[in-house]
Amino acid sequence: MKIDKQTNSHTYWNPYFGGFILGIIIIFTFYITGRGLGASGAMKSSVVTLVDTVAPSHAEHNAYYSTFISEDDSPMNTWLVYEALGVLIGAFISGGLSGRIRWRVQHSPKISSKRRLVFALLGGVLFGLGAQIARGCTSGAALSGMAVLSTGGFVTMLAIFGTAYATAYFFRKNWI
Amino acid sequence: MGPLIPNNLIPLEWNSIIAILIGIVFGFVLEASGFSSSRKLAGVFYGYDFAVLKVFFTAAVVSVIGLYYMDYLGYLDITQLYVHPTYLWGAIIGGAIMGVGFVAGGFCPGTSLCAVAIGKLDAWVYVGGILLGIFMFSELFNFIEPIYDGYFLGNITLMDTFSWNPYWFIFIFSIIAIVAFAFSDFVQKKIKKVFY
Repeated sequence: MKIDKQTNSHTYWNPYFGGFILGIIIIFTFYITGRGLGASGAMKSSVVTLVDTVAPSHAEHNAYYSTFISEDDSPMNTWLVYEALGVLIGAFISGGLSGRIRWRVQHSPKISSKRRLVFALLGGVLFGLGAQIARGCTSGAALSGMAVLSTGGFVTMLAIFGTAYATAYFFRKNWI
Repeated sequence: MGPLIPNNLIPLEWNSIIAILIGIVFGFVLEASGFSSSRKLAGVFYGYDFAVLKVFFTAAVVSVIGLYYMDYLGYLDITQLYVHPTYLWGAIIGGAIMGVGFVAGGFCPGTSLCAVAIGKLDAWVYVGGILLGIFMFSELFNFIEPIYDGYFLGNITLMDTFSWNPYWFIFIFSIIAIVAFAFSDFVQKKIKKVFY
């Protein structure tokens, strides 16, 4: 019984089905709001809010933070922040239904969890930096950009996957 | 005619509620497709699991066909949709940095949120890294600004860049996707299985 449950918890949707539903959500999002999905935007708002709370004058004088700060509204009151909250809820429901919720560090048996966490931190820093330079991540720039055939969206997608394939060799010990 | 909120067919107050609902479905689909697992995501770069390619490419093809079809039928004015702007070198350099981050960390921001929701501690650290990366970008903004604001080509589409016919492009894009799916299955059979 226990084995059965373990196999089940790693059974995911057919990828074409998942992709189809994801495509429908993108159409729906554009149809309702005129814009696409995003993920890194909410994290940017969090950083702006954090810096604005800790060091308000520093945030005001920084050319980047100051574009997102206004007198009468919180930088957290944006569409992408609400959407990101929804993502957390939706993933929690899906994970809960399939019995995938528990605290753990997932890594290849060939590496230690410490090594996994170090690389996760490093990867996060790079992704955060890159997503700001490209004005969007895989969701906002690549996926939503490609849905309306944005040139920048296609360039970003090719740059992400091209570089990832080009450098995958150097990180192979972490995964295979 | 859509888009509904920009044309005031749905009051603006609904915007945030719709955002949460869309987010819930988005997060559910990503998690159910296995995108809360960094080892599954990274499989696309080593050939042992092509879920990322299949989900991502299917979503792109479905959404672009759907949007252009709704435009053709008159339900949606595609010229009113927000087109992600093209800052050429920003897209290339930013994308390249994200690519290294993807293969090093095994997540992208959206998928890391899904993994955070089901308790993957590596994803919590990853999101901490993203926040740190955004902080570093903001602090170094004056230094990075020439790339960030430079080489701006406008909110252009591939039609503007290459003057292609959109319908032909979408048709060929779909064919490329199907060929890529067949090729990925072929590669996956040749590669040693990785259990995770």
